[in-house]
Amino acid sequence: MKETDVPQDQAILGPWHEICYALDEGGRYVLAPSAGWDPANLANRQAWETIAAEVARAVSAVRRGVESPLSYHMAVQQMDVALLARYVKLSRWRVRRHLRPEIFRKLNPQLRERYAAVFRLAAADLDRLPEHPEIACEVLGGEAPAP
Amino acid sequence: MTVAFQHRQSAHCESGVAANLLGYLGLEVSEALTFGIGAGLFFAYLPFIRVNYLPLVTYRSKPGEILRKATGRLGVRVTSRRFRSRTEARAALDESLDQGRPVGLQTGVFWLPYFPPALRFHFNAHNLVVYGREGESYRISDPVLDTPVLCPADDLERARFAEGPLAPRGRIYSLQPGERPLDLAGAVRAGLRETARAMVKTPVPLLGVRGIRYLAGQLERWPQKLGTERAGRYLGQVIRMQEEIGTGGGGFRFVYAAFLQEAAAILELPRLFDLSREMTTTGDRWREFALLAARRCKGRGDLADLEPLAFVLRDCAAREEAIFRELLTLV
Repeated sequence: MKETDVPQDQAILGPWHEICYALDEGGRYVLAPSAGWDPANLANRQAWETIAAEVARAVSAVRRGVESPLSYHMAVQQMDVALLARYVKLSRWRVRRHLRPEIFRKLNPQLRERYAAVFRLAAADLDRLPEHPEIACEVLGGEAPAP
Repeated sequence: MTVAFQHRQSAHCESGVAANLLGYLGLEVSEALTFGIGAGLFFAYLPFIRVNYLPLVTYRSKPGEILRKATGRLGVRVTSRRFRSRTEARAALDESLDQGRPVGLQTGVFWLPYFPPALRFHFNAHNLVVYGREGESYRISDPVLDTPVLCPADDLERARFAEGPLAPRGRIYSLQPGERPLDLAGAVRAGLRETARAMVKTPVPLLGVRGIRYLAGQLERWPQKLGTERAGRYLGQVIRMQEEIGTGGGGFRFVYAAFLQEAAAILELPRLFDLSREMTTTGDRWREFALLAARRCKGRGDLADLEPLAFVLRDCAAREEAIFRELLTLV
């Protein structure tokens, strides 16, 4: 890749630049800042769409009363049961149990605090689902994922 | 407490941190040279390891190895610690800074507030240097960013104790000059040999150039096996591992070509300049592969027919095989 061919497709990096290695006119390698490259941007966007789809699925499941709000917070934080369990230091099956609304409703305050701390929320806000789940909207170009 | 530390932006976090810390010791080495000596270039396709339910493809060696090998070959000692307790982890960091020593940290990127939001995933093998403290914040030289940043202590602590695969467990490391005299040419040779062997001599079909060919064969069958939607996601994952921030383009192939140029001068082996050019062409071919793959993900081009992609991959494999076989005869 020549220095003059270093792509400048701004999309996901915002004001940031990444470093590309490219050849200058004399055929020497130099470090060239790049604002991004379309194929990489596209692949990144695809990853965010997967996350957004999972959030949308969780929101709908929570609203239908099939899953507890924990499911929503988990999706927003890009976590699965295994990862969330590591963060709250509980076994996986307990976290999985807490995804059931009837169990989560009766959850003891200490455990609620632990979940809230991981998500950086007040314990009271654990039950609240935002009207328009705001997952990575800026990343997906301002589009809110379909509810 | 702030240490005079020179921040240099680099393509890749680990080789960047290693090069910057080596520079602090007075060993002026570029990122590319560090990457090459640390035998950073690699390829592996490991479908049984899943990242977000997608098969693992990697263009580099295992996280942590570049630093370990580069410093070892340059005769520099690394002291590294992990922690159980967050308080101890913070105390150790503060102590280093108070003694005027910058330290390398392994962190997750998800909790780093200054990181580009689009890249904030649960990835735990990120590296950065802390070189100062200001109130409740730390001065950080993150090689992925153009300038140093301030990061609140709480956020940094979260990042240091991120959970999941490759959990850093508060890992900090610092470099000390070793006793051995510096043998730069020897270090370069050792790095070259190791990468060449790993690429063409591993008996495992998933690693090195055989891994590239294996991926080519598998990828051809993705559309039939997985359906077009999942095949598209598999392809997207390959592109991300190859091109998403931190590889310098073309899955580290351009960084390696830059290393070969430096190696040619250090070892006084002009033939390495030619091999560097070959490596550049290979990097360009990898970029072509990413471009073709992206077109298919976008719905332009036929997702059911990935044969042309496999063709480019096999060409990459053939080129890399020729380069590394010749390298083995040279060094």
